[in-house]
Amino acid sequence: MDDLQGLVKDFLVESHENLDRLDDELVKLEHEPESPERLASIFRTIHTIKGTSGFFGFGTLQSVTHAGESLLSRLRDGELRLQPDMTTALLALVDAVRDMLAHIEEKGSEGEEKYEALVVRLTELQQARNAASEAKKREEASAADSQDAAAEAAMCWSTSSARDCASADLIEGGSAGAEAAAAERAALETEAGEATGPQVADAQMGDSKPPAESHRKMRSEAAEPDAAATGTAALPDARPAGVPATAEAHSDLEADPEAATAALPPSVEEPLAESASPNRISRLIPAADRTIRVDVALLDQLMNRVGELVLARNQILQFSAQSNDPALVSTTQRLNLITSELQEGVMKTRMQPIGNVWSRFPRLVRDLSLQLKKQIRLEMTGKETELDKTIVEAIKDPLTHIVRNAIDHGLETPEQREARNKPVEGSLILRAFHEGGQVIIEIKDDGAGLNTERIRKKAVDRGIISVEQSLRISDREAAQLIFEPGFSTAETVTNVSGRGVGMDVVKNNIEKIGGSVEIQTTPGKGTTIRIKIPLTLAIIPALIVTLNDDRFAIPQVSLSELVRLEPNAGKGIEFLQGTPVYRLRNRLLPIVDLGTQLELPSALECCRKEGRAINIVVLRADDREFGLVVDAINDTEEIVVKPLSRMLKSLPIYAGATIMGDGDVALILDVLGLAQKSKILLEHRHGAACPSVEDSSDDDQSQGSLLIVSLGSRRYALPLQSVARLEELRSGTVEFAGMQEVVQYRGSILPILRLDAVLGVPTFLAPEDRDRVPMVVVQAAGKSIGILVEQINDIVSVPAETIDASQRDVTTASTVIHDRVTDILNLTQLAGYVSAC
Amino acid sequence: MATATQLCTFYLDDQLFGVPVAEVQEVIRYQRMTPVPLAGPEVRGLINLRGQIVTALDLRQRVGIAHNGPARQPMNVVIRSDGDVVSLLVDEIGDVQTVDEADFEPVPTTIPEEQRRLVRGAYKLDGQLLLLLNSREATAPC
Repeated sequence: MDDLQGLVKDFLVESHENLDRLDDELVKLEHEPESPERLASIFRTIHTIKGTSGFFGFGTLQSVTHAGESLLSRLRDGELRLQPDMTTALLALVDAVRDMLAHIEEKGSEGEEKYEALVVRLTELQQARNAASEAKKREEASAADSQDAAAEAAMCWSTSSARDCASADLIEGGSAGAEAAAAERAALETEAGEATGPQVADAQMGDSKPPAESHRKMRSEAAEPDAAATGTAALPDARPAGVPATAEAHSDLEADPEAATAALPPSVEEPLAESASPNRISRLIPAADRTIRVDVALLDQLMNRVGELVLARNQILQFSAQSNDPALVSTTQRLNLITSELQEGVMKTRMQPIGNVWSRFPRLVRDLSLQLKKQIRLEMTGKETELDKTIVEAIKDPLTHIVRNAIDHGLETPEQREARNKPVEGSLILRAFHEGGQVIIEIKDDGAGLNTERIRKKAVDRGIISVEQSLRISDREAAQLIFEPGFSTAETVTNVSGRGVGMDVVKNNIEKIGGSVEIQTTPGKGTTIRIKIPLTLAIIPALIVTLNDDRFAIPQVSLSELVRLEPNAGKGIEFLQGTPVYRLRNRLLPIVDLGTQLELPSALECCRKEGRAINIVVLRADDREFGLVVDAINDTEEIVVKPLSRMLKSLPIYAGATIMGDGDVALILDVLGLAQKSKILLEHRHGAACPSVEDSSDDDQSQGSLLIVSLGSRRYALPLQSVARLEELRSGTVEFAGMQEVVQYRGSILPILRLDAVLGVPTFLAPEDRDRVPMVVVQAAGKSIGILVEQINDIVSVPAETIDASQRDVTTASTVIHDRVTDILNLTQLAGYVSAC
Repeated sequence: MATATQLCTFYLDDQLFGVPVAEVQEVIRYQRMTPVPLAGPEVRGLINLRGQIVTALDLRQRVGIAHNGPARQPMNVVIRSDGDVVSLLVDEIGDVQTVDEADFEPVPTTIPEEQRRLVRGAYKLDGQLLLLLNSREATAPC
């Protein structure tokens, strides 16, 4: 009985693969309805399932697929032309088969549903007439029959169960046709399974023609030989005189499968000479012999072993580094090489092309666009980009959700698009590629884009951010708000998406596998969602650093650069209100002290006290850079990432632990968690939004950001790049240093400028009359200045050229932002108003 | 016929505790540990156990016994709990005791609250109580 279970299991696995492919092929077929290869391929798939289900006694499955097969047969023979309602019915067939298979998997039986309506529909559709000549149909019909037989034989050949092949073959009498068909079938089957038993039984059930008859046909109407196929697998063949041998073969099969097979090949050549089939079977290289199915658990084990090997290799490397023995050193190098290659190889075994996930999208897009009456063109680039299998599994759902969202909410209806002068057909582009140790997946639509105004309002309504924050944050940050839990700006919650539980779950799932997701949008033009996922989770290159005599590992993928500050160098770490920053090539880099973060002695302090150089590791999290100060920087190593136990998993700053070459355990830092904890990144985007110091590094280099402030009804703008912080000045804190008004700010003295006084515009309420006055702290001409304004309004993106121009000219530049005339302030000029203190 | 269970026992201060032997992977002497900053006082560190990284739990801390005990190095009782492998740091290792279910009693009220959560019950032995540790509670994230 176990055998049968095994057979059923194989049947299920195989069929699922086939059904997935069917989805894809049917959708493609709609675009090229005449493609004989596709029709033939689709036909064969349904045919297989039908045959196998018959063997197992799945009556409903058999009858449903039979109806589909009949329809397909007519399509393939050119008697009918593919119409959209046929495609829909065939897709419905695929769904029905899937459902039944799922039922079989769970309960062992097909289920109650008889799918009569579907069968009727499929039968109905067969009646449609088309213009093809009857004669042609008849001619092709007989060729089709031979192909059927060939397909039959071919199907079973793809497995390693020679006995079944031989017998089925002999019964069918397929010969050369079998060869070419075998090739194709083999290509379609990627497994050597045991589902061939069914094929044999199928034939025996009289589903196909009586052996002798079809056999004779085969001889005279052999299909075109496939040169490639000939060379490969030992092919089933049917000796012309083989029919009598059938009975014999049957009884012999169990005993002597090899002999039966071996006897077959030579006679194949004979019928090859004839070629009459009008329907050319496409030339596909038989892939069956080049692949093998492996249990994922076994691969996991292998990965673990390789991981252990890497650790042991690291240890040996350490010993050998201290040794003078040349033999040891050279052997160790060899071991090193081999281990690295082995590691690469094993990782490759788990890699799957992302196309596996994408294959479901053509159908999804088709169904949704029909349902929502939108026209959508789907483009997918980079299907072959490979990912670890676990990652592929993990991103299936998030990607599906994002695609549904784009179609449902992003892309507009044809009428809306026309009204906006956009092409009626919306485009949805999926791109995947490798970059810097990561896989980047982009989903881009040219739809309506996100309405950041609405998002800001909604976020305030939902209590996610405060009103002020909603004004301060940039468009980019506003867009990221959609990833907050409970957030949905869809006016109507549709079936497709918009229940408000989607995007935050998507983000969570992606972050769980160590990836990140970000969103970029242009209202009216479209939205791009970019997902970044590390290539591998298990063995990664990492930088080892020391803090407080303990070692920590930092994944190299987050590493930007290393900076070393000599103790007496001119430039050092500056402090803005107690927060250390470092000026890195004209950018302000926030500094995080690893010691302080871990509630250990501050690394900065130690270095200062001991007069040592300060080591800064510049890291990147979610596109923000920051500098991490550690005691010492050791070296880079390949480390094996081991998960932390339940108790420690909840600590966001650790990504795992590893064993060093000398056997000690070292913790691996989670850069994203560290950035969130140290408020570089706002945890869930809460808290006072500090304009990102390097907002200028937007993905689109031609854009820059401006901070908009106002005095009364007048609007002014400052380059965001120069803005350090937005503060509120409390009344009574303004003092004088010489002639210059200053405030005490974060441990230093900050000169302040009243913008109204500087620009000579009517004074707004003096600081003394208001509790708090907004102040913009900027960096200009090498110093920090606090600029008092009446109100801080917004942050906008403008062409970089506009900003550059404004900073070059002596006079201020004006531009129109959000329908208001706005003066862009020249900071250098402003700085000139600060009298020397 | 009373059922007998075998417990691996150890001391925290003078109090005797035990865990079912089936849960115990091994008992080893003090191992070098890597501290885990920010992890809370019960987590003493991480141990490299033949390539496996095991979290070392300061059981005294967990159970709430003050650390004015002997300054000698604790022993490791490595247990399997809920799929995790955790090492319990204890003061001294006791014998493997066979206990009778008949001697089992629910947690006495004389035991302080924090300890009661971590203990399933007690076995009355000659002259002392053997507290059965609730290893799942003990190794739960705090």
